[in-house]
Amino acid sequence: MISLSLNGKTVQLSATPDTPLLWALRDELGYTGTKFGCGIAACGACTVHVDGKATRACVTTIEAVAGKQVTTIEAMDSNRIGQALQAAWIRNDVPQCGYCQSGQIMSAAALLARNPKPNDADIDEAMRRNLCRCGTYNRIRAAIKDAAATLSA
Amino acid sequence: MSTSSFTTRRDFIKGSAAATGALVIGFTLPMTSRFSQAAAAATPGAGFAPNAFLRIAPNGQVTVVCGLSEMGQGVHMGIASLVAEELDADWKSVQLEQAPVDKAYNNPLFGMQATGGSTAIRGHYEPMRKAGAAAREMLVAAAATQWGVDAAACRTQDGRVLGPDGKSAGYGDLVAAASKLPVPQNPTLKDPKDFRILGKGLTRIDTPAKVNGSAGFGIDVKLPGLLTAVMVHAPVPGAKIVSVDDAAAKAIPGVKQVVQIPQGVAVLADGYWTALKGRDALVVKWDDGPLGSLSSEGISKLLTDATTRPGAVARNDGDVTVAVAKTVEAVYEAPYLAHACMEPMNCTAWVRAGEAEVWAPTQGPGPHLGIVAQLTGLPPEKVQVHTTYLGGGFGRRFAPDFVIASTLISKAAGVPVKLVYTREDDMRAWFYRPASVTRFTAGLDAAGNPVSLTARVASPALSIAAGFAKELPKGIDDTAIEGIGDMLYAFPNLRVEYARTEPGIPPWFWRSVGHSQNVYFIEAFIDELAAAAGRDPVEFRRALLSKQPRLRGVLDLAAQKSGWGSPLPKGMHRGVAITTCFGSFVAQVAEVSMAADGKPRVQRIVAAVDCGLTVNPDVIQRQVEGAVVYGLSAAMYGKITFKNGRVEQSNFTDYPMLRMDEMPRVEVHIVPSTEAPGGIGEPGLPAATPAVVNAIFAATGKRIRTLPI
Repeated sequence: MISLSLNGKTVQLSATPDTPLLWALRDELGYTGTKFGCGIAACGACTVHVDGKATRACVTTIEAVAGKQVTTIEAMDSNRIGQALQAAWIRNDVPQCGYCQSGQIMSAAALLARNPKPNDADIDEAMRRNLCRCGTYNRIRAAIKDAAATLSA
Repeated sequence: MSTSSFTTRRDFIKGSAAATGALVIGFTLPMTSRFSQAAAAATPGAGFAPNAFLRIAPNGQVTVVCGLSEMGQGVHMGIASLVAEELDADWKSVQLEQAPVDKAYNNPLFGMQATGGSTAIRGHYEPMRKAGAAAREMLVAAAATQWGVDAAACRTQDGRVLGPDGKSAGYGDLVAAASKLPVPQNPTLKDPKDFRILGKGLTRIDTPAKVNGSAGFGIDVKLPGLLTAVMVHAPVPGAKIVSVDDAAAKAIPGVKQVVQIPQGVAVLADGYWTALKGRDALVVKWDDGPLGSLSSEGISKLLTDATTRPGAVARNDGDVTVAVAKTVEAVYEAPYLAHACMEPMNCTAWVRAGEAEVWAPTQGPGPHLGIVAQLTGLPPEKVQVHTTYLGGGFGRRFAPDFVIASTLISKAAGVPVKLVYTREDDMRAWFYRPASVTRFTAGLDAAGNPVSLTARVASPALSIAAGFAKELPKGIDDTAIEGIGDMLYAFPNLRVEYARTEPGIPPWFWRSVGHSQNVYFIEAFIDELAAAAGRDPVEFRRALLSKQPRLRGVLDLAAQKSGWGSPLPKGMHRGVAITTCFGSFVAQVAEVSMAADGKPRVQRIVAAVDCGLTVNPDVIQRQVEGAVVYGLSAAMYGKITFKNGRVEQSNFTDYPMLRMDEMPRVEVHIVPSTEAPGGIGEPGLPAATPAVVNAIFAATGKRIRTLPI
């Protein structure tokens, strides 16, 4: 059994140690907000935080995160940055199909945690590995700036 | 080759499905009472369900029932807003429910329950408003009777009937009486100038669930005892299994079953990771069949050669053999394209004794229900298809492959099964926008005026691949030539020919369908003609559009908003393109700079859109923005290529798309209009690519006649 902290609670996983965190979250624990997009860390749909750092859950084994703090989209309404981002996402009506948006918000949350006032270049650098097939990039950029503004107000 | 590949295509779906006859896309349920039963069950006692699209609960809650699939285009909000407007509902009290499959929810423009072709608002603008208006009239009649006043003395607002002398009743309080009244067949609709909900920006009703991970996509379906399946799929269309060695797969702890179906071999396990490991341990030998030697070079030659011979005549205005002073000729080519929806194809099926249930992110729940019925031998009324949210659609999820395979696997395994395609499976699933080649020959007179144009289009016939037609009327496939055959440019002499050419790769619907390549072809070639005539590209187009006020209107608006003709900063270059499709008119001006390595960088797109009456300006803006990005991803990077019958691309690493740091500014300007609403999911796409390649010509003098750039 591998033990880790998920959204502040300790959980035990019976999956084999080589199982990617993505599939332990989705299939064993039923946390389906984290999405499968590519399986090779090429799209960002599976982004979660491991000890606060944006991490691709599809290529991160549960063995590698044993004992660590894992945060998923399901916990974003219980922290200040997550709340600000979700509210900004709604105000700016960012999602279209919505499938990539969990990963987008997780990447944006990690960005704002280390850089409360990101400029366009900072946003490009932090978000360019999160793909969106619906083309919501400009709305995402606006929502990140919007959230940053509410957090510094 | 065309005949055999046609057979291959049919076999691919039909044979592998063990289904009968043509692909059953056209299937619809016979008229059943399923909806009325469901409505009765859902609204016991005093509830009010005057029609299939609307329920009002005694507490005033309005539920709009939508048979269309929400794939990001905002259709849930769009349909709800049409009903709510005429109902005079309180928008805050409106919720949306995804409909089951029932004939009541057939898309009026398709005759089946399916979403695509930018038809949602076009097809439902009047029916959904009537549904709301009928309910409103019944609620007013109920209130008037209760108060002993004339219905004409009552009005409605925000979910209430308001009568004389300050009388007021909430809709919830009136549902019991209203539900006893006859349903008006021709209720009075509002004058659009009185709209209070339509035409305004509304926050989408699906947004909150899409920012906290709770939105339920197909891949998120949970059921007791559900197993996940990952498959080895055919490597080549029409390939047949020769042998399967599943010993290593079965030895993996957690692998529950290995199931062979005509499409491939599936490994079933408690979760995806174990199923994937099992799948990767399978040893499957295939007989590639006749397409095993297919290559992209061969396809390109086949299509190009076809344009050197006369094709079926789709249009012949005037006489293109008239004498001209100058001739311009060019050959354009577009590649196969995958849809690459962010949510990989998946479907959950549970085939039980005497019934079957499917949960699918599908654009075609109606036809897909018919397919499940055929595969299971069950009568349609014993099959349910539950439509989930779709993580992107773009035409791909109208295809039935994932429904067919999951149904067959569940039927064989006897358990509920969620089939998940890996990204690589998804990329290599043989549903592609077809490659196409068009040869243009045009003539100008001595003054540079366009006199004649001949276009010869070579591409596969999508209408046949999709099962919409068994043979082509007069040899013409409308989707293959759309954007060229129906062009609005007034060439005095115009001839459009189509050479059906079937390399063997099954073609499929891809956002904006034939327009996606044909508008690139014609708009880039028109730019070549303008240059040959020494004319400004906007002026050259305007002169050919004197009888097309809406198309010329968007061209003028895009030119004005982009500052066409005004000086640009050094290193920036403009290109323009226009399109008419799905009932809407779009012009785009692209501003492009060239990087030191010669790579173009799209800086800004200015789009002007005339899609008739504006139902929701925010949705129009977002759909055009999204369509531009989808089109530019294809223009910059998109190609599916083949070698030895196999797809060479696999994942986002070798089938890239635009990223945040490459995203241009996109401005969308909407033409105010009282015309009937046009489509908007697709019309923003076709003009983006030619606007960009025309800007690249302005920058470099080089014509881009093949994609990707």
